Amino acid sequence: MAKRPRDEQTTWKSSRLNDPRIRGWLAQAAVLAILIAAIVYGIYNVSHNLTKAGITTGFTFLGHPAGFDISQTLIPYSSRSTYADAFVIGLLNTLLVSFLGMVSATFLGFFLGVIRLSPNWIVAKMAEAYTEVIRNIPLLLQVLFWYLAILSPLPGPRAALNLGDAFFLCNRGLQIPRPVFGENFAATPLALLAAIVLAVVISRWARRRQLKTGRPFPSLSCGLALIVAMPLIALAATGFPLHWEVPELSGFNFKGGITVLPELIALWLSLTLYTATFIGEYVRSGILAVDKGQREAAYALGHRPWMTYRLIIIPQAMRVVTPPLISQYLTLVKNSSLAVVIGYPDLIHVFAGTALNQSGQAVEIISITMAVYLFISLVISLVMNWYNKHYALRGQ
Amino acid sequence: MPQTWQPKPPTPSPSYSTGWLGWARKNLFSSPGNALLTLLSLAVLLATLPSMLRWGLWDATWLGDSRKVCDSAAQDGSAGACWVFIKVRLEVFLYGFYPEAQRWRVNFTLALLGLAALPILAPTLLRGTLRQTLFALAAALLMLATFGMPCAIFTACYLLLPLALPPLVRQRPFLELFAGRLAGVSAGLFLTALAATLLYFAAGQAGGGGAAGPIAVTGAILVVFLIFVGRLTASAWRWILLFTVYPLAGFFLLVGEVFGLPLVETHFWGGLFLTLVVAGTGMATALPIGILLALGRRSTLPVIKTLCVFFIEFVRGVPLVSVLFMASVMFPLFLPENVTFDKLLRALVGIAFFYAAYMAEVIRGGLQAIPKGQFEAAMALGWPYWKMMALIIMPQTLRLVIPGLANNVLSLLKDTTLVAVIGLLDLLGVAKASMADTEWLGFTKEAYIFAALVFWVFCFAISRYSVYLEKTYHTSQHYN
Repeated sequence: MAKRPRDEQTTWKSSRLNDPRIRGWLAQAAVLAILIAAIVYGIYNVSHNLTKAGITTGFTFLGHPAGFDISQTLIPYSSRSTYADAFVIGLLNTLLVSFLGMVSATFLGFFLGVIRLSPNWIVAKMAEAYTEVIRNIPLLLQVLFWYLAILSPLPGPRAALNLGDAFFLCNRGLQIPRPVFGENFAATPLALLAAIVLAVVISRWARRRQLKTGRPFPSLSCGLALIVAMPLIALAATGFPLHWEVPELSGFNFKGGITVLPELIALWLSLTLYTATFIGEYVRSGILAVDKGQREAAYALGHRPWMTYRLIIIPQAMRVVTPPLISQYLTLVKNSSLAVVIGYPDLIHVFAGTALNQSGQAVEIISITMAVYLFISLVISLVMNWYNKHYALRGQ
Repeated sequence: MPQTWQPKPPTPSPSYSTGWLGWARKNLFSSPGNALLTLLSLAVLLATLPSMLRWGLWDATWLGDSRKVCDSAAQDGSAGACWVFIKVRLEVFLYGFYPEAQRWRVNFTLALLGLAALPILAPTLLRGTLRQTLFALAAALLMLATFGMPCAIFTACYLLLPLALPPLVRQRPFLELFAGRLAGVSAGLFLTALAATLLYFAAGQAGGGGAAGPIAVTGAILVVFLIFVGRLTASAWRWILLFTVYPLAGFFLLVGEVFGLPLVETHFWGGLFLTLVVAGTGMATALPIGILLALGRRSTLPVIKTLCVFFIEFVRGVPLVSVLFMASVMFPLFLPENVTFDKLLRALVGIAFFYAAYMAEVIRGGLQAIPKGQFEAAMALGWPYWKMMALIIMPQTLRLVIPGLANNVLSLLKDTTLVAVIGLLDLLGVAKASMADTEWLGFTKEAYIFAALVFWVFCFAISRYSVYLEKTYHTSQHYN
């Protein structure tokens, strides 16, 4: 191979700008510089605009009296309470509707997913039709439909729909009886707690014994019996210190009982119906993802269909179903912010709506609101990581 | 004589296992439990469907043009739906408060979009130059019949340009005319500047006004593609036109104030038209930003990577409502005084960045599925990063993530309804506003069911189309 002349080598020496590493650092420095300049400029504008509007920045406003009423308060609140109280109320309301929605959507979703795989043609088709219809209609439209088209035109309290003399549905919401706890009622929840602990202990012991000796123990029915019986016994032993305050019509409104706001009902209902279609699809695909051989092997071993489902199919399907299920819960929490359009007092409506309009602290309030949602999603993704680490399918 | 064995004809299946009876036995009444389930479902259907159909179809009022028709029908005892309400308000549902005399502009913009997108969406339908030319001419004739001469000429030019350009630049003429690289580049830049200047003055002369600058910039972009990129196929040119010329034309057609079109401010926009504008611009901007974010997240540059990760995770952790609130309440504070942004534009920016984060995650999933060999082969050939991404990696990635992208497009379309939160009147907002009309109180159900039907048709069509796309682009190769 001919040796390359020295002068040609020097001409090949190229500019440093062609070094990808140096180019990378230059590009990053440029991006960073632009970003910092934009942030500084923005902050300058914010402080300028705020001083002009006479708004003091900072979080001291949280201690000031809020001066507005909230229609649903899970903890005591009056118009003299502070902005911080209003924030807590809004957050609790968001968590309430999210929790209710998660529970009911999970049940309905699992039901839908299972019956879509039913060998019964008409049942499977009905579930499919429901899924295709509800999934393709915006959630906001459904919320408004339930609220404005179904619940608002209901009759007033005097002509309320009477459901068994204890529940009344009218345009002011659903009136439900309120439990009134007497003396020594605390024994009942304690008994329930003890029963749950006992049931867990029994199921662990039963499992160990079955692994060791092969003899099964009906731990599920035993545990359920304990959980039902023990609080009842405690209730009876303390002389039933519980009665129900039934709502009654007096004048133009109901007295006594608890009022479930129509906003809450509309939001809960639409979140449930909408989210359940997605959960149903996950459940269906999870069950379909379990290899056919698993079921056949279980039948070959002589398991009955129900036991095959419980012991073979569902545990394996759950591994596939759980990650999207958890992220669907996160979506549900975020979707609960649609409350703002019908005036359900959730975090966005109370805090980013009313409180923001009253105080004018846009930057602080929006930041806090977003931080709350970020925190919730962080918690949920931590749960997901934990789950993936312990249960997810590894390898093939 | 030997006896031949005559096989008996096979016994037919028992009558209860064939035909509809057999089908019903197998699928509806296979066990007592199933039979019970079937009867229960039939009971549920019988209890709900007839009354719904009676309300929505048979007892409904279809004819007439005032509230009296519905009221008299209600007095007769048949309390069905009042579709007259929708019929009377249909224009508002479709166009919002866009001035009636100017609505042809909306129609033309949407029709042009359909014609421009058809060859892209259904490539097999219009294969070959002859068919495409005929299609362009037919489209121009259609436009001539409905919107008049200028629209027809514009449509014809728009649709024929992608066909005319590839033969024109088969050889990358401008770069190869000159021996040295520098001379070629400078000549190209000179030509670009010349074209832009010419366009600027031509547009100004024709009454372009505020549009002259954007027109010149768009022209310059096209000339840059023509000179520096050169050999592109007709379908590539279609994409380029869709992302340069079409938005320009659409924007000035809808907003106006140029070429003799009166100004229509965005607070007159509404109805289905606004929904489509928000969804269309949202998709068209979120996808490119999402691709950039996904590439940034997989970049080896630490600063870029960190920024992209933070942005994506932040956006995915908060609800769209709060992003829209931020765009409408907090964002104006970050601007200098006297600078105001249009409300619609703020919502569009919020939605675009919000969905870009979701698209980025979908695309990142696709990028991870591309085998390393594809990257390495491109790098071994000495291809620069962007060329590798645009021509090797992204085509494979996007093909892989069609279902995920379609899901995002669907939720984007459904989430356009949230712009109502900041006071824009999309289809849902118009439906809600029209209920407040004192002449038509009490037809809430009709308005919402109509809006739901429209959304459902769009969403269902998109989901079917994504299935079609998946099948079309499905490649049977499996990576190892």
